[in-house]
Amino acid sequence: MAIEIQSEIAEPAGRGSRDWAGYRSYWLRPGVHTGVVLAAAGYLLGHLLGNFLSSGYAQNALADSNDVPIVLGYSFGVLGWLIGLGVFNDLFWLVLGRQRPPDTHLSTLEPGLGKYFRYTLDHKVVGIQYLFGMTTYFLTGGLFAMAIRSELLSPSYHLLGASQYLMVVGEHGTLMMMMMSSVILGPFGQYFGPLLIGSKRVAFPRLEALGFWLTPAAYVILLSGVLFGGFPTGWTGYEPLATQATAGMDAYFFAFGLMGLSMILAGFNMIVTVINYRAPGMRWSRMPMFVWSMFSVSFLQVLSVPVLVGACYMGLADRTFQTAFFTNQLGGSSFLYEDLFWFFGHPEVYILALPGFGVISEVVSVFCRKPLFGYKVAAAGMLGVGILSFFVWQHHLFDSGINPDMRPVFMLTTEMISIPTGFIFLVGMGTFWKARITFSIPMLFALAFYFNFLIGGISGVFLSDVPADTTEHGSFFVMAHFHYTIMGGLIFAFMAGIYYWLPKMTGIKLNEKLGKLHFWTMFIFFNTTFLPLFALGMMGMPRRVFEYARNLETLNDWVSISAFLLGGSILIFLINLVMSMLFWRARVTEINPYRARSLEWQLPSPPPPENFERVPVILSGPYDYGVPDALPVADLNPPPGVIAGAYAGTGAGMTEAKV
Amino acid sequence: MTTENTTENDTAPKPETNHWLRMSLSWLVLALVVDLLIWFVWYPHLPPGDMSDSAKHQQFDIAVLAVTGAPVVIAVLLYFIYSIIVWRARPGDESDGAPIYGNNKVAAAWIIVTAAIVMWAFAFGTAELIGPAGAGAGEGPNPIWKLAGKTSSTWTPGSGDMLEVQVIGQQWAWTYRYPQFGGMESFELYLPLDTPVTFHVTSLDVIHSFWAYQLGVKADANPQVDNVAYTTPKQLGGFTVRCNELCGIWHGAMYNYGKVVSQAGFSGWAAGVQRKEQTNGLLAVLPAYSLTYDPTVLPQLTSSNNLNKVDGITGGAGYYYPPSDPVTP
Amino acid sequence: MSVPARAAALLIAVAAVIGLGIFVAVYYIGSASSLPTVHFAAANGVVNVVLQEDPQNDSASKPDWVSYYVQDPDSKQWVHTTFFSIPAGTKVNVTIFGYDGCTPLRNNFFSQVQGTEGGTVTLSQFNSKGKESLTNDTTSVINSWSDCNVGHTFAIPSLGLYVPVASPDADDSANNLCSSSPCTPTFTDDAGKTEHNPYALETFSFNAPSHAGVFRWQCFVPCGGGYLDGNSGPMQNFGYMMGNMDVVTS
Repeated sequence: MAIEIQSEIAEPAGRGSRDWAGYRSYWLRPGVHTGVVLAAAGYLLGHLLGNFLSSGYAQNALADSNDVPIVLGYSFGVLGWLIGLGVFNDLFWLVLGRQRPPDTHLSTLEPGLGKYFRYTLDHKVVGIQYLFGMTTYFLTGGLFAMAIRSELLSPSYHLLGASQYLMVVGEHGTLMMMMMSSVILGPFGQYFGPLLIGSKRVAFPRLEALGFWLTPAAYVILLSGVLFGGFPTGWTGYEPLATQATAGMDAYFFAFGLMGLSMILAGFNMIVTVINYRAPGMRWSRMPMFVWSMFSVSFLQVLSVPVLVGACYMGLADRTFQTAFFTNQLGGSSFLYEDLFWFFGHPEVYILALPGFGVISEVVSVFCRKPLFGYKVAAAGMLGVGILSFFVWQHHLFDSGINPDMRPVFMLTTEMISIPTGFIFLVGMGTFWKARITFSIPMLFALAFYFNFLIGGISGVFLSDVPADTTEHGSFFVMAHFHYTIMGGLIFAFMAGIYYWLPKMTGIKLNEKLGKLHFWTMFIFFNTTFLPLFALGMMGMPRRVFEYARNLETLNDWVSISAFLLGGSILIFLINLVMSMLFWRARVTEINPYRARSLEWQLPSPPPPENFERVPVILSGPYDYGVPDALPVADLNPPPGVIAGAYAGTGAGMTEAKV
Repeated sequence: MTTENTTENDTAPKPETNHWLRMSLSWLVLALVVDLLIWFVWYPHLPPGDMSDSAKHQQFDIAVLAVTGAPVVIAVLLYFIYSIIVWRARPGDESDGAPIYGNNKVAAAWIIVTAAIVMWAFAFGTAELIGPAGAGAGEGPNPIWKLAGKTSSTWTPGSGDMLEVQVIGQQWAWTYRYPQFGGMESFELYLPLDTPVTFHVTSLDVIHSFWAYQLGVKADANPQVDNVAYTTPKQLGGFTVRCNELCGIWHGAMYNYGKVVSQAGFSGWAAGVQRKEQTNGLLAVLPAYSLTYDPTVLPQLTSSNNLNKVDGITGGAGYYYPPSDPVTP
Repeated sequence: MSVPARAAALLIAVAAVIGLGIFVAVYYIGSASSLPTVHFAAANGVVNVVLQEDPQNDSASKPDWVSYYVQDPDSKQWVHTTFFSIPAGTKVNVTIFGYDGCTPLRNNFFSQVQGTEGGTVTLSQFNSKGKESLTNDTTSVINSWSDCNVGHTFAIPSLGLYVPVASPDADDSANNLCSSSPCTPTFTDDAGKTEHNPYALETFSFNAPSHAGVFRWQCFVPCGGGYLDGNSGPMQNFGYMMGNMDVVTS
């Protein structure tokens, strides 16, 4: 298994120092600036082409609108964006058979911020890019949520017009569910995945970076829907309303397809990296739980997202050239869309939730100073949830008119999925038994995660029960359930990850006081916002409505005010992030302040460009806390013969090298 | 995996606090109290109320699920609160916790208990689904759990026959057709007391969802599909009908109110509406029961060949697909 | 970067983001509509509202969309809006000029009049020669199934008001519809000759609610040409086939 370790990240002969001033100016190399220019040019070209091809049709003349230029504009725009970024440059040089300029991929050594705005191949740079991207998408989605809650303050006075309200609802939901699917896999998975398995790089750095650069394109395209009047279907995009909708709907389908592509690439890269790039001694049973969660999520992405991309493509086909995939009257079926969407949609929510489990497992074992209880149970839980998630999607469709004898079947599978999900609680609770618990900020968020996910998970049992689901489906009860599991679970885990890992990633500490303030305000206001929603749903308020029964107004007002305060707590987080990173810049003083045993804590903050000077040899698991005379987790400077022997020997999964 | 540590390494051994016992006892007491509160205090007020038999069964269902779920929630919360109080690191204590990697017995017990709860929930849920004839949920065009009751082509008070109501969703209002009354249609949903009702829910354009909240009925309205749901109203009074599936701009405003009245009152109302629509000639052109509202299903119009069609289609089609395509509404 | 430079960059970035947010909020989202509202005043507890619906409209962005117009009571000009306001507790006499052609109804129930005074509307039809082919026919149902007579509906669902709006007859609907909006009963063609637009004139009355509020109204005949099921486009945009009726207390 000859793995080429020294690849593009290696320095060419003669240029070893970081101070080498031979880099061309940022502006002369491909980057975001060239990407934007070519994207605009591409959009115009596509638009012209679309008009040329299709303006003669009767439907377009009658409707005074044409979807073909918009879709073609988006396609050419994305292509222009990628070409401008330099994604295809390596291919280009290869085809020409010439040597590419030497400073194209040395950017990991390049000082300054330019490398974050280019097509950089270092997974750590991609991780930071994802972090800023995901934070931006989250904040934008949050602003839309504030608009929704403002509208819902009164059942009869309307702040927003009816179609504006639907546009805001759709943008909020789609930004959160679509753009945020990589909220942990992106920043932390890409950054720490290779570090945690002892690798210097990922398997496919170009695919990984491409996966990131598709996300700003998807973000801009999704928001451009606002310029076209938005889309009226919410994040689920149900047909045939989606075929009927005006031009903003194209933005939804196209952005979702792009994001889907990004997820497939990221997942594929992660699977291959985890299987092939583990350091010698990093057996499957020694992998940190976070890597297990990344691994299971990647399978979910690779297997379920293509179905969504197909559904988006068919939806666009129905809208642009009058196919009838989803038109019942012409032999298509609206049920087809529902099934395709939810076949993806259910694994999607586990794509959102599972990485949260992984982060929490890491945080909990470090701050309890105890091994993770039931490692095999935890890993089985991750994989079990992943596999079972493909068998439950009809629970979104219990009342839709599906075959009635399918409903008990899917009730069973949905209830069974709560068994592996419960393993996370078993593992957490077991780790707390006779531990030494430190209440650092990541640990606080982990505790909040358990509390929120417990409520979210139990409410899921109510929803999986078909008779109870008759009242709860499509109401605010469902809204409360998924906000508890996804926001209360995933976002709290994301915050735990940020407070735990950002100092390692940047070498700069986040402010403790602001962090604690952020935690308490976020936890309290999150619960005061979303707990009453269970009651609202049970009392008959459907989702996505702007008018509701008068007797529900007080509760809605309470929720809206809480939501504004929750927004305030996120603002505190933003202030903490910005001020700590930009102004206070308190440097970390120790490499491993938490005395953690996982590999990333054995490296400086931030880790050097090639991660490890030499590929480490792993000597023991990362959870051996409390064991007297435990071996160190890895030997970071193994003698040269050990590595050669490792590769020439039995290959992956070999026993510890004798030092 | 190593086994659990049992003794501390102290010079003066003191009795080991039995954490299990403490936690279990407190859990038992709390869970019992909460379950009793749920069952006796909260249950009668649980949504969706008991206006119809499907609502009543759902209320029972939710109460049982709450009684099952509450002890689980209490157990987990109690454990976490206990552990963060008892096992927190004292200031200055930098030592590690006990190296417990796992415990097969604990894991097995957990799996068995959670599996048992899940199986119980599944069995109970299925029983509650079958018993009340589908629990008010839409069963699609071929329902398998039906209400007992004959269907006849007319309905009279006291006959015990099922009342058929076709619920039509169109952007953005609900209308209701009564096939047993000549196919008369109305914007108001009136239902007779103590009568098994079959709802046939369909849509003329996009996906809507018929949610009669106090009746505990929810069925998606899909174009060209008949979604059947059952219930039996048991109390007089008004109820709300809301659209439960995003159907366009006025989805939030797509609601109206229905009423459960006495059987005689219902009969009187229906007769009145039927008479009015008969007099002004509308009744003849409302198909008694149809998914597409194509008047070609009406024999009297087909034979006279006197149908109003534009470009070969009988309903406003939007001209999205060219008229040469077959089968348009 | 030095601290002042960073501070300046941060302030500019924050200002830019806030500015962009406000811009989007005000121009794209908050502007529920920039359409004018036509106010009607009552005389002796009676309000006269005059509307017309046209096969096209005079807007620049969507000229092919079917549209309602409201007549300003003072200037008698046709305003391209669907927002109007009436005083509470009055009797409202509505007159609608139906210039758009007929469409078969997807649900013929909507050809029945509901919620008006007496449950009827009074119709007259004028053909393209200016001849009155139907005079003051008071009816509770307008035949849309075996004869082509209904163009659109005017419905205020929360008041239970559903009124089919008649159209010119079948032949005129197919051939001679008004082609420039806002339509008028007569117009002068290029040759200077006076021509007639075919239309239907419909009147009905209903009682305004006694409490203030905003009541949406819509058409139930899918007439969004070029959209699936015809229910998008003008049907889902203020200023065309749907609007708001404000009931105000003086």
